Amino acid sequence: MSIWEYANPKKFMETTARLMPWLVALTAVTLIPGLVWGYFFSPEAENFGTSVKIIYLHVPSAFIAINAWIMMLVASLIWLVRRHHVSVLAAKAAAPIGLTMTLIALITGAIWGQPMWGTWWAWDPRLTSFLVLFIFYLGYMALWEAIENPDTAADLTSILCIVGSVFALLSRYATLFWPQGLHQDASLSLDKAEHVADVYHRPLVLSIIGFVLLFITLVLYRTRTEVRARRLKALQARERMA
Amino acid sequence: MMPDLGKYETVILSSYGASLLLIALLILASWIRARRVQRELSRMEEHRRHAKRPSGPPDAGAGAKEDS
Repeated sequence: MSIWEYANPKKFMETTARLMPWLVALTAVTLIPGLVWGYFFSPEAENFGTSVKIIYLHVPSAFIAINAWIMMLVASLIWLVRRHHVSVLAAKAAAPIGLTMTLIALITGAIWGQPMWGTWWAWDPRLTSFLVLFIFYLGYMALWEAIENPDTAADLTSILCIVGSVFALLSRYATLFWPQGLHQDASLSLDKAEHVADVYHRPLVLSIIGFVLLFITLVLYRTRTEVRARRLKALQARERMA
Repeated sequence: MMPDLGKYETVILSSYGASLLLIALLILASWIRARRVQRELSRMEEHRRHAKRPSGPPDAGAGAKEDS
């Protein structure tokens, strides 16, 4: 059995129909306890007080915002190389989720930044690259809507996705390239000495797993809709020609 | 049960409120579009099935009644 079998829309629809209830349940049992743990039971931080509770939303949403674009890049490359419709429809399905997560990261960051940094916004490298990423998400979605021919739209949005990947990577590594910004380094690291204390780390990891599962569930759900929408368009075109 | 959020109460509540609202809107929008597309596709497929069906006598049941 090969992964390319799932490029067949029928196989994809059958498999995901079986997976969906499990994914919804898994998302609920990770995301809800992760956020409840973080909000109700995590202690105050020495430097940030209770405002530390925002990391259970800010870090997972920022993580998804960047990685959603990376997923879209991989799916777009598969489309450009192998012309599998399901892959490019998955990229299209992921864009509104990435956009929402980028917006959540920007909003929670601004709300947190006001009391901590004394400003809602600064032209800091990470903040700026996130804003550019947000604009790329909007542009990607607008391009899909603007082009009538679905294959041409898939080609052009895939190219836009490759260009936007620079900003997705920049958002991730901006604090390494330009350490003079306001934004602190990554909250999670493989180096135990660098990342947040265990008492924040455990609910944070659970929240991130919840957000990842929410992303996967929504991408599959929305891709199923896009597969159906594509078939609907094809049938409508056939009807018009008949 | 409710944690004492101190001076950051507004900051935390508005962050959670805005984030959960955006996630709820995303889920709702995905669900509404899925339902609409599925309904239109079902209607279109039903229409095609009727169009494809081979045309038989206009009303076989009526004919049988007349025979009896």
